[in-house]
Amino acid sequence: MKQLMLGNEAVARGLYEAGCEFVSSYPGTPSTEVTEAAAKYKEIYAEWAPNEKVSMESAFGASLAGHRSFCGMKHVGLNVAADPLFTLSYTGVNAGMVICVADDPGMHSSQNEQDSRHYALAAKVPMLEPSDSAEALSFTKLAYELSEKYDTPVIIKMCTRVAHSQSVVETAERVEYAKEYTKDIAKYVMMPANAKKRHPIVEERTAKLAEYAETAEINTVETGKNNEMGFITSSTSYQYIKEVFGDKYPVMKLGMIWPLPTESIKKFAALVDKLVVVEELDSFIETHCKNIGVSCIGKEKFSLIDELSQGKVAQAMGISTEKGVELGEAIPPRPPVMCAGCPHRGLFYTLKKNKLNVLGDIGCYTLGAVAPLSALDSTICMGASVSGLHGFCKSSKGQMDGNSVAVIGDSTFMHSGITGLVNIAYNQSNSTVIIVDNSITGMTGHQHNPTTGFNLKGEAAAKVDLEALCRAVGINRVRVVDPYNLGECDRVIKEELKAAEPSVIISRRPCALLKNVKHAGPLSVDSEKCKGCGACMQIGCPAISMENGVVKIDSTQCTGCSVCKQLCRFDVFKEV
Amino acid sequence: METKNIMIVGVGGQGSLLASKLLGKLLMTRGYDVKVSEVHGMSQRGGSVVTYVRFGDKVYSPVIDKGEADFIVAFELLEAARWTEYLKPKGKIIVNTQQINPMPVISGKAQYPQQLAEKLKAAGADTDAFDALALAVQAGSTKAVNLVLMGRLSKYFDFTEEEWLAAIEQSVPPKFQQLNKTAFSLGRKQ
Repeated sequence: MKQLMLGNEAVARGLYEAGCEFVSSYPGTPSTEVTEAAAKYKEIYAEWAPNEKVSMESAFGASLAGHRSFCGMKHVGLNVAADPLFTLSYTGVNAGMVICVADDPGMHSSQNEQDSRHYALAAKVPMLEPSDSAEALSFTKLAYELSEKYDTPVIIKMCTRVAHSQSVVETAERVEYAKEYTKDIAKYVMMPANAKKRHPIVEERTAKLAEYAETAEINTVETGKNNEMGFITSSTSYQYIKEVFGDKYPVMKLGMIWPLPTESIKKFAALVDKLVVVEELDSFIETHCKNIGVSCIGKEKFSLIDELSQGKVAQAMGISTEKGVELGEAIPPRPPVMCAGCPHRGLFYTLKKNKLNVLGDIGCYTLGAVAPLSALDSTICMGASVSGLHGFCKSSKGQMDGNSVAVIGDSTFMHSGITGLVNIAYNQSNSTVIIVDNSITGMTGHQHNPTTGFNLKGEAAAKVDLEALCRAVGINRVRVVDPYNLGECDRVIKEELKAAEPSVIISRRPCALLKNVKHAGPLSVDSEKCKGCGACMQIGCPAISMENGVVKIDSTQCTGCSVCKQLCRFDVFKEV
Repeated sequence: METKNIMIVGVGGQGSLLASKLLGKLLMTRGYDVKVSEVHGMSQRGGSVVTYVRFGDKVYSPVIDKGEADFIVAFELLEAARWTEYLKPKGKIIVNTQQINPMPVISGKAQYPQQLAEKLKAAGADTDAFDALALAVQAGSTKAVNLVLMGRLSKYFDFTEEEWLAAIEQSVPPKFQQLNKTAFSLGRKQ
């Protein structure tokens, strides 16, 4: 049956059709929908793990037991799971194991623009790269065959434009798969004596996979009308080349991005007068071509930065593009902001008011860095707020203890904040960690996590008691505040910063966008009383604006959180 | 058939994903090759969002570049202006005249440009500007702006109203179908 599917949904369909039984992932844009879609197939067990390392190790366990397994993550998630990846390359698999990593060229929703293809090369794990939804489905199924045939995990590499674009796929029936578990110490127990024997097997496998790459049906050559030029490409870059040139020039499209073929690239290069390599981000294919003595044009024409498009490909190739309608007007930017009613707002206002150093983390609350709150000092990666604060305070010999905090979300704390907190307690830095607990994984679109009390399927699940957890690791001072209550926030934060030992403040209120959250309803404004002082404008609420020196509330957005009301000295805001 | 390009632009949270899902479904049932590109994640939080819908005999790129859009459907006036350079010189831009202030305007760092609909027309853009929010309210919810605009877009396609309504049925949960169909019809009628 023909269906329109997101690239991510097509990967999930591939899992279903391939008989995959076990899926464990951590959400991250642009990878999240693979696991959400997989969870909708009753034949697949799917879960959110606390982080990517746990998800990959769980998927390994399922593979070991004899069940086809999967884990999915965004590019930076693969950094977290890199430890098992490099050794799973040595052990190989029992039943097939597929890992999906989704890169984000252009950083639509990410903190860096890393090119995950390097992981395939570094861990010596084969990687397939689909260019649309139909390939996302078929490559996923192929990945399981390769995984079992070559005894290795296989990576499916997506990018934002493949993951989040819908295109037409042809679906098929599911075929079940099962394999026996047999104990094999030499293969699966990676202590030095065994690992030394496995490494040569990895190198032999790579040689065999490179041989497979020469004739793999997913590495294709399309002939062109004119051999003066030819392209080697993969993923969305292929689509852009076809968009610009159609069938004018020959195109070699690499569906398998590692290992790359040698002889077939040389053969293709000999066919054309000039060879151009088109790829997003790093010069991965280009470097391989040059290593095997094939001269080509690459990054001297195409940037190492940002995603490509048909327009960028055309311009790089010296082809003029059509100009659009020119307005000649300066358009103010529209950066993302915290939603109206967002519980993070009151907390960040308090941090800014107290002029604190704030080591931030990954989530919606990273938007605390945006004006007018401008309340963050750093954001690096999942968990770095907590461990960063420890170093910040400990190295400063008391200078920073009373004026610095870490801010981390509930899901991010579960992911990799706990270990940082253990370090704070164990090595006793006088740190104050604020967990912004909005009872959901917000930024990626409302996924459950171990603190919410529900699992991926929405069923009731064990719920981590954050207060008890913090106490158990050795934090004696654990407080809970309501971020809608500015007075309480201010008082508790001051008290905990003053205390002569580490502390945790849990700022607790559910995300304003959650369906089960009841709002008070929009506030009204008594315009007569407004002096236009702008105190309410300091919280950066998208529902509040000034018109002719008087405050105005957008009733389609206002939830009635009344944080603005607490800042007003003239009693302008009224609850309806 | 040469590939046709539709851009849906607006502010995160306005419901552009449903509009593009609906278009994708409809175009596929009509036998076209279709690609729909969405943006998820951080930019959805009240930021400027854009969705690309492309259809034809064979669609390659999932995105639309400057000067390529046959249609731009703008859910908000400032967003219409932001993406105008993506419109083909002979393309059509459908604009909801609703204004949603971005944070730099709210915080007083920038001004919301005046008379943008008029300026669009003056720049030569074939502009169909109207108050879609008012029609959405008439239909029963401010959230139905997306379907009002799809109704307006439908006027420029030769698909029957029944085909559009069938696509709505496939894309919207039963509870909201009447609201969305009413909003669609109000947008299409005017």
